[in-house]
Order: sequence, then structure tokens, then C-alpha cells
Amino acid sequence: MNGFDSYRVRERADVARWILIGAFLVLSGAFFRTQILQHDKFQLKAETNRLRPIPLTPPRGAIFDRHGEIIAENVPGYSVKLLAPNRDSLRAVLATVGHFVPLDTSDVTEIVRRYAAARYQPVVVFGDATFETVARLEEHRAVLPGLVIQSEPKRLYPSGRAVAHLVGYVSEVTESDLSAGRYPGAGLGSIVGKAGLEREYDDTLRGGEGVRYIEVNARGRLVREEASAATLPPTPGRPITTTIDLDLQKYIDSMWPAGIRGAMVAMTPSGQVRALYSAPTYDPNAFVGGISAALWRALNQDEARPLLNRAIQTRYPPASPFKLAIAAMALKRGLIGLDTHMPAPCRGGMRLGNRVFRCWKKEGHGSLDLVGAVASSCDVYFYQLGLRLGLDAIVEDGVLMGFRDKSGIDLENEVDPIYPATTAYFDRLYGPRHWSPPATTLNFSIGQGENTQTVINMMRFYEGLAGDGNAAAPYLVHPAGAKPRSLGLTPEQLDGLRRALIAVVEHGTASASRHADLAVAGKTGTAQNPHGEDHGWFIGFAPADKPELVVGGIMEFAKHGTTVAPYVVRALRRYILGPDVAGPIKVKVLLDETASPQDTAPRPVELDPDSAAAQAQADSARRAAAPR
Amino acid sequence: MRSAALDRRLLWVSLGLMLFGLLTLYSAGQTDVPTHAAGVWYRQFIWFLVGVAAGWVVFHVSLRLLEWLAPALYAFSLALLGVVLVVGTGAGTAQSSHSWLSVGGHQIGQPSELAKVATVLMLARYLSGRKEPPRSLRDLLVPGLIVGVPFLLVLKQPDLGSAIVFIGIAFAMLFWAGVRPRLLFMVASPGLSLLLAFNNWAWGAWMVGFTTLLVLWRPYIYDATVVWCLNVAMGAVALPLWKRLEPYQQNRLLTFLNPEADPRAAGYHAIQSRVAIGSGGWFGTGYTQGPQKRLAFLPEQHTDFVFPIVGEELGFLGVMIALSLFLALFLALLRIARRATDSFSSLVTFGILGLFFTHVFENVGMTVNLMPITGIPLPFFSYGGSFFIICSLCLGLAFRVAWDSRQSGYPDI
Repeated sequence: MNGFDSYRVRERADVARWILIGAFLVLSGAFFRTQILQHDKFQLKAETNRLRPIPLTPPRGAIFDRHGEIIAENVPGYSVKLLAPNRDSLRAVLATVGHFVPLDTSDVTEIVRRYAAARYQPVVVFGDATFETVARLEEHRAVLPGLVIQSEPKRLYPSGRAVAHLVGYVSEVTESDLSAGRYPGAGLGSIVGKAGLEREYDDTLRGGEGVRYIEVNARGRLVREEASAATLPPTPGRPITTTIDLDLQKYIDSMWPAGIRGAMVAMTPSGQVRALYSAPTYDPNAFVGGISAALWRALNQDEARPLLNRAIQTRYPPASPFKLAIAAMALKRGLIGLDTHMPAPCRGGMRLGNRVFRCWKKEGHGSLDLVGAVASSCDVYFYQLGLRLGLDAIVEDGVLMGFRDKSGIDLENEVDPIYPATTAYFDRLYGPRHWSPPATTLNFSIGQGENTQTVINMMRFYEGLAGDGNAAAPYLVHPAGAKPRSLGLTPEQLDGLRRALIAVVEHGTASASRHADLAVAGKTGTAQNPHGEDHGWFIGFAPADKPELVVGGIMEFAKHGTTVAPYVVRALRRYILGPDVAGPIKVKVLLDETASPQDTAPRPVELDPDSAAAQAQADSARRAAAPR
Repeated sequence: MRSAALDRRLLWVSLGLMLFGLLTLYSAGQTDVPTHAAGVWYRQFIWFLVGVAAGWVVFHVSLRLLEWLAPALYAFSLALLGVVLVVGTGAGTAQSSHSWLSVGGHQIGQPSELAKVATVLMLARYLSGRKEPPRSLRDLLVPGLIVGVPFLLVLKQPDLGSAIVFIGIAFAMLFWAGVRPRLLFMVASPGLSLLLAFNNWAWGAWMVGFTTLLVLWRPYIYDATVVWCLNVAMGAVALPLWKRLEPYQQNRLLTFLNPEADPRAAGYHAIQSRVAIGSGGWFGTGYTQGPQKRLAFLPEQHTDFVFPIVGEELGFLGVMIALSLFLALFLALLRIARRATDSFSSLVTFGILGLFFTHVFENVGMTVNLMPITGIPLPFFSYGGSFFIICSLCLGLAFRVAWDSRQSGYPDI
């Protein structure tokens, strides 16, 4: 074939050589671009392919009481997580886990649900695993692909139930929390404070998460726990020191009668909260590492609502303790003096229009001055005082004294009290001509009506009475910047009101709780409860001449304040006189002995001398006597 | 025949490539995840021995005998391709194709590999038998048939990658036989027209430019008319043809244009291959240490995507060494083809060069997204028995051609 003479072949061979070299250069260029110019981009892609970040939980800041006693701390714990390529293999591994440690079906369902939310993260199986669990799983690691066991600091509340509502609890942040931006800086899997101090000071306590990397293969299976990538250590959270007196807090918990719902708050006249207790309580340690679904359901469905903080989240009618507010209004406005008698003496009731408003004591108190009326909680005296003030003045001064505002304590979810801003409120509520101003006035005068207060807000008012007439916002860690509320009373007027409160305990409605070694001032109250038995109030402070501590408590369905008074007095004695005088920390069933309505024996009047409940008791005594 | 008389350059280059390939295949099996690539280097080593033996046998066969046998071999391979279409089975990732010939449940080979060599021989025989190189479309009819029949049979399997190799072989050998490049361009033009037809503007520009070229070149009027009509026809059938492609073929073409369009499925190979190569950098992660390979992010790491292992573990440096070896192989083959004693030997050698080049350029090109992804193995690197034996046979042929020219004292040119 004549196409193959040497000249032609050489020509074609040259073309072919250049084509080959050209192709070589094109390929080299493509590799140079991929491997050298775009190296960083592909290096990053390669690492995101194979490295999965695992968040490292920072140790939360400790919470101390004012003496440095530990309220919340961290102890070493273990979390067990699983990294799974898909749902089916997760279920398969969980089934294997179930051979070694107990794992019920509801737990499995929950784990799979959590996995679906973040498929590329290891899913938490046991947030707080015991050493035995970890040891058993570690032993069978070969048949548990994707097992990630991490040592993590875990929260511990040494006083447990005693501090539950005060300190709150921690748990893993939820997706709705994140989307609502409630926890700045938190990500999926972060442990955050969900209630109490843990919630309020979460920013301080939480610290910054660290991260480490594990290596996975193309199917998302864990290959190496220790990847050769840098680990970012977590930043520990900062500790906080509270104003709490842990001994008092625990003492209140131990003396609180079993089965009784209510709350007790102790604070200094300057607003430092020394104890804050709500019953029934729960164990905040149960939330560490994820609360079990069954327990969470139980806590939420219990009709006693143990998660509710009754010191700040429940409103009660302020009842007789509010009489001091009425007295303070009248004194401030100069309508009466401390020794002023009302025109009508108490004869067991008062007629208004065609209705009779009764005093709790059928026999009547006779003519009393202000101190006497406070001491014996005479309703008729305060009816007349309320009418003299007028409803407008009661509403206006009540707003000024803070009965319409939150106490401002540094805890989240404090509810607003209910108190009218003006009398127009009643017009709106009932219609202009469908309510009777004088009757409403009488109700307000004895702390009933459209007026409900939280325990902490009533405490703030008594804090003013116990101190210099200025009520600062109560606080646990940082005092609020706001100005204290002034009650607007002169020192003499304050002194007079205190004397009246001393008289309550010395020879008035709470005289049963009197002890010779500590002068206590206070006021009992019985909040009328349309849903059942009345609630009992007592707010007191001691020492009466130079108050150091104000303690207030409410017990639901306790029928009257005299039931509560001994507990409050006991707390005061514990704090001021110390554990030696106050007696052993365990005291129980006192309520049952003193205040059973079925107890038919006639009782001395001074033992149960408070409004509605005392009256009911007197009735029952009379009924018991009648057949004879 | 003394082995000392073997072409030294080709010997060292092919030994170097085979060693490099075996080492890479060994590394392909070193993973943290159990894969079926674990023991392939050992089996490939067996194939290596078989292949060397086969090459040795072929080296001892006279080219004249092969020239005489070419039609029979060609007919036999066509028959096998026909049989495989009926009873063929799939393998690996191409389970649904009919590319494997099985006897008693054992897959004994891919007839398309044999057909490549048979086609090279047949085409060389035909072209060397002509007095003149083909000058017109009419002259190209027979060569077109010789290549076209096996091409269509392989395409029907379907095995696009192997089919493309036939095109590469045809163009290389026609060029070497002395067909004018502009005629080859005209032959290729309907294909380009087909590709450009997916954009109206590009196709319009193409037709204007192509018509201008035809006017300037003044080929035979008959050729010009046929080619021009074919170009128009391709523009018209592009869309219906596209719709007839298998979905996986469509996806491969689409993801070649934009791999990120479907990163989990169709674009996965293209992306992971480049991630492995790109993360290698200058010097790579070290032999057998590549994490993308170890953790099985790299798909088909012992067959079609064996080359990214070189990129990841030995870096740009390793890639350059491998590509330089291939370039050296091509240049050595080119040198042998130039020095061949007769046109048949020369054309066979150049056909083998075309075969290797198509495989290398397409396979290496697709790992860096320079070419669309087709299932095509890399000579001496990819695992596979029949392909490795065919490569060895080709080298045996080339050694024989070189030996012949040396024996006849053909001058170095």
C-alpha cells in the first residue's frame, strides 16, 4: 500500500505524537487542577465525608448556697450513644443492646424518634448510664457496631427533692426550644436548664460545648472512635452563689406535712431569699440524662401537679394577711391612727343594705382599736375601715404597693397576680350596674374578691413591713435593679403595725404557736376556696423587734391559717435560734392532730381563731354539743 | 528467538505498568470495610501469569499467520457477540447487560474484548490490502462495516464504554492508513452534530461553520451531500434518540455536565472520585492509607475507579508517574508502528495503540470529570481476567512486530 512510504509515515507519526502528548497534557492539567488548585475544597469534602462531630458536654457551673454548701454539682457519668446508618440497623443494634441491658419498647420508640431528628449524629441511648451498663456494653462492643460511650459530667443535686422547685432541672434542649431561640448558643444535644435557677442562669451555668470527631465509613458505620482530627475541649460553665440557706431549705422540706400541697418562702427584710419550697416536690436528679417517658407522664398527669412551683406560679386569695395592706393604706392616707376605734363595735356581723356581712366570730369582738382588730383579725372592723377608704383608694393604693405586679424574683415563669387597675375593671367584668361597690369593698377589705396573689408577692409586702417600709424585689443571685416599692408609712406607723402583728402571735389568732424564746410577729389567714376546703396562710417574721427573716407559707385545703403558723414559726426558730433549739429535723403529722374537722371535742377559742375556718369549727362544735 | 532481542522500551514500560497496576489493586483491597475487592490482587496476579503466558504464545505466532487467520477470528468473535446477546449475563454493577459469556454458570469472559483485537486484525488486513488509502466515503464503506458490526453488537449489550473503543480503534487505524484528516473529520461530523443538537444555537453555529468548511475543502460532491444531510438528520433525531437512551445513560451524561445535580445517586461516582483524587494533593496520603478508599466512599475502587486510588494515596506525583508510563507506552508503540516491516504489522500496532489510548483517556478522564462516565477498564490497573489477557496479547503482538523489524534490519527512523 503506497500510503506507507517513509515520508508519509514520519509525517503521520509526528501528528500522532503531538496528539498523544497533547492528551497527556490535558489529563495532567485536569489532575493538577483537581489535586493542587482545588485541593483544599476536596480535602474538606473528604473530611466531611468521613468525620462526624460529636459534641462534648461542658461541666455545668455549680450552684452554692450562701455558706458555700452545694446545691448542684457535677459528678462523672457516662452516656451511651449509637451511630447508625439507617433506622433498620439502629433497631437491630438496639435489639442486641436489649440482650445485655434492659431496654423496653417505649424506650426504643423514643430513641428511634430522636434518631430521625438528627440522622448524622449519634443518638443517645442512655444519657446517664451506670458503670455496670457501660461495662456490659463495652464487653460486647464487637457485636454493637456504632457504639459510642462517652464520659460526661452529669448533674447531681445532693439535696434532691428539697431543692427541686428552687434549682429546677436540666435536660436535652428540644427542637422547639431551638427554633424559638430560647437558648442562645445551644445546639442539638445541648444540655440546658429547664426550670428554676438552672433555667434563669442557664447562660452562666451552661458553658461552651466542645467537639471531637469520630470516623465513619461510606455506609455511616463507625470505624474509629479516635479520629486523627483536632478536639476542641469544652468550656466549663461558671458557678453561681445564691442567697439560699440550704439548712433552712432542707429543714422546711423535712418538716412539711406529707400529702399537703402548698409553698413556703423565707427571705430577709432586704429581699434575699433564704428558702423557697413548694409541695409536692419531685426529684430533679430524675431528669439527668433524660427522664424516662413513664416518669415524665406521671409527673405531668398527677393531679397534684408536682412540677408546679406554688411559690411563684399559683395565685391564692390573699385573705387576712391582706388586712395589713388595708390598714397600711388607711394609715398612709391619715384616715385613722393606730388607736382608732370604728364607729360600730363588732357584734358578729355588719348590715349593708339588705345583706348581713358576718365576722368570723359569731359572738363578736366588741369595740377594738387597729392593733386589736389585727390581733383578732376582726372582719367587722376592716369592713368599716374599707368603706371609709373607699374602693377607689383600695384599688389605687394596692397598685402602688405592687399587688398588680410580679414580685420580680429572678426565676422564670412567675405569674402575674390579679388585681384591678381601676374600678372600671368591675364595670367591664360585670357590666356597669351589675355589681355593688360597697359589697366589693367589703370583700376587698378582708382580702377576698377579685384579688389573687402569689406567695412570693405577698412575701414582698411583708418584707416591707418587717424592714424599713421599703420592699425590694426578692432575689436568689442578683438583686433586681428596680427601685424598692415604698409602702409610704412613717416609722411610727410601721412600728404600730408590727406591734399588731406581734399581738397576733402573743395573744391573737396564732397564740398557739407562741414560744417564749423567740418573739414572732405574723398574720394568719384563711383563703376561701370555692373548689374545696379553704387554704391556710401564715406570714411571719422574727425577731419581732429587729426582724432578720420573713417566712410565709400556704397550705392548700388546710382550712385555716393557725394550721400553717406552727410550721412558719418552726422555720423562723431554726434559722434564728439554730438547730439545737428548733429541735430534730423530722416532724410529721402535726396537721392531723391539730386541725381535724371531724374532731368533735369542744376546742378552746384561742386555738382556732380565724375567719371562715374557725367559724366552721365553732359550728361543728355546736352541732356536736346539740344532741346532749 | 532470544528474549534479549525484545524491544527494551516496551518491555520496561509494560512491566512497570503491570507492577504499578498490581500494587494499586493490592491497595484497593486494603479497606476498613469488608469489600469484595479484598482478595482481587491475588487473583489478578494469577491473571498476570496467564496473561504473560498468552503474550508469550502470541509473540511466537507469525504476523503472516494472523493476517491469514484474521477473517476467521473476526467471524468467530462476531459469532460470540451474537451468542452473548442471546445467552449473555451481566456482572458487577452492570447486572442487566449481556456482556458476559457463561458456561455452566461460570463466567468465562467478555467476547467484546476478543472482538476488539479481532477487529484490529481484520481492519489492518483490509486496509493493508488496498492499493491506496481510502479517499472517499465510498472507500470507507467496507472499513465502516468491519468496525460497525461489532460496534453495534456491543452497543446492543448494552456496553457503551466498550463500543466507544471500537470508534477509537477505527479512527486511529484509518488515520494511520493515510486517510486525510479532513475526511475523518467529515465522518465524525454527524456525531458532533448529534452532541450539539441539544442546544439550538450551538447546533445552528455548527451547521454554518461546517457548511463553510465543506465549501472551502471542496470534497467529492457526493461525499459532501451525504455528510451534510447526515448532519441535518442528526440534528433532527437528537431528541427522539435521547428519549430512547436508558435512564442510567441519560443520567451519566447529565451528571457529567453537572455532578452536583444528584449527588446521592447518579452524580455520586463523579463526586466521590474527584474528592478522593483532590484530597491527595501533591504527595497523597501514603500507599494503602487513603481514607476515602479505606472507608468505601470511593465506588468501584478495584475496577472502573481504580485510578483515583493512585490520586488519593500517591498524590499528583503518583498520577504523573502513572500517566508518564502510559505516555511512554504509547510512544513506544508509535515507534514500533513506524518501524514495522510491513503495513499490516504497522496498522496492527497502531490499532493496539488506539485501543490502549481510548481506554486510558476515557477511564482516567472520567475520574476527573473530563469525560462522561462509562464502564471502561484501565489497562493493567483494573481488575479483570479477559481484559488483562487481551492487553497481554496486544503487547505480545507489538513485541513480535518490533522483533520482526529488528530481525529484518529495518532502520531506526
